[in-house]
Amino acid sequence: MNDNPNAVAMNSKDFMSWSTGVIDDILRATMAKKAIDKLMLPFWNWSQRNSMYPLHFGLACCALEMAASAGPRWDTERLGIIYRSSPRQCDILLLNGWISKKVRPALRRLYEQMPAPKWVVAMGECSISGGPWYDCYNVVQGGDTFLPVDIYIPGCPPRPEALIDGFLKLQKKIRAEAKGPFLED
Amino acid sequence: MAEINACSGNMTGVEIADALSKEFPEGLTITSFAPKRIYAQAGKEIFLDIVKFMKDELDFDHSSLVSGMDMGDRIQAIHHLTSYRNNCCLIEIVVDLDRDNPEIDSITPLYEGANYTERETYDMLGIVFKGHPNLKRIFLPEDTQFYPLRKDFKLKEGP
Repeated sequence: MNDNPNAVAMNSKDFMSWSTGVIDDILRATMAKKAIDKLMLPFWNWSQRNSMYPLHFGLACCALEMAASAGPRWDTERLGIIYRSSPRQCDILLLNGWISKKVRPALRRLYEQMPAPKWVVAMGECSISGGPWYDCYNVVQGGDTFLPVDIYIPGCPPRPEALIDGFLKLQKKIRAEAKGPFLED
Repeated sequence: MAEINACSGNMTGVEIADALSKEFPEGLTITSFAPKRIYAQAGKEIFLDIVKFMKDELDFDHSSLVSGMDMGDRIQAIHHLTSYRNNCCLIEIVVDLDRDNPEIDSITPLYEGANYTERETYDMLGIVFKGHPNLKRIFLPEDTQFYPLRKDFKLKEGP
């Protein structure tokens, strides 16, 4: 893109990036961005931490605890935790089970398909450190070797109460992170 | 119900063992048998003929499992075949293979169900099944260089 763009000569892609840059510059120069961030942050943060949608993706036996926690007895839906089947609709990747070397690229891809405010929860010994498969030739030694894990929930497998407790810890973390609507600074 | 109808067969294990040793006087040894179980040791040259005979003449219509064993100085390929018509009889055929170059004929052209179990045995022990349509790694990534169920495979040292 040149420095003095002529709107007639730009294609749509150039125009999009140029106009985004202009709007961003104006927002920054007039301090409007900071004001919006400050004004919207409590509401934004409240809605983020009360509508945590984990990806409905089962790796191994911990997925049964995930299913139990979503069922009527523990009912995570009362906390706003609803399991969605598409990574585009999710903001939490729940690692539940041992990660074999073949599923590792698929998990990384799922993480990258999720839209921006996103967190990773490692559940159970296997996804924390390899667990019983420590030093195995085909198991990745912990999910944090290739994903930025936020919350670790120990147990083999953890009870649904422990899973809910982990999600509540994640709520506290989201509150402390205090990211505004622009997800920067 | 003691036995389901499909298992009310006409040949006992002893009769099947007799028929086998009559058809293959050399290269096949029946190590032991029970009313519904036969254990046999076969040479690798006549192995495919034995399986063909079992399938066509003796009604063994199911390949239950293809597995293997590393005995240190040799590698064994172990096949389990069962028959619904002959009293649910099961035969275990053990074939000794050279450890440096373990090769055996594939039975996938005869039993399609042996496809994945043969691939698994190749994956874990490195036994090459000649004539298999798609002999690739099945559980491990395709660039894996080792065979983990061999006795000389070592895990990496712990802390």
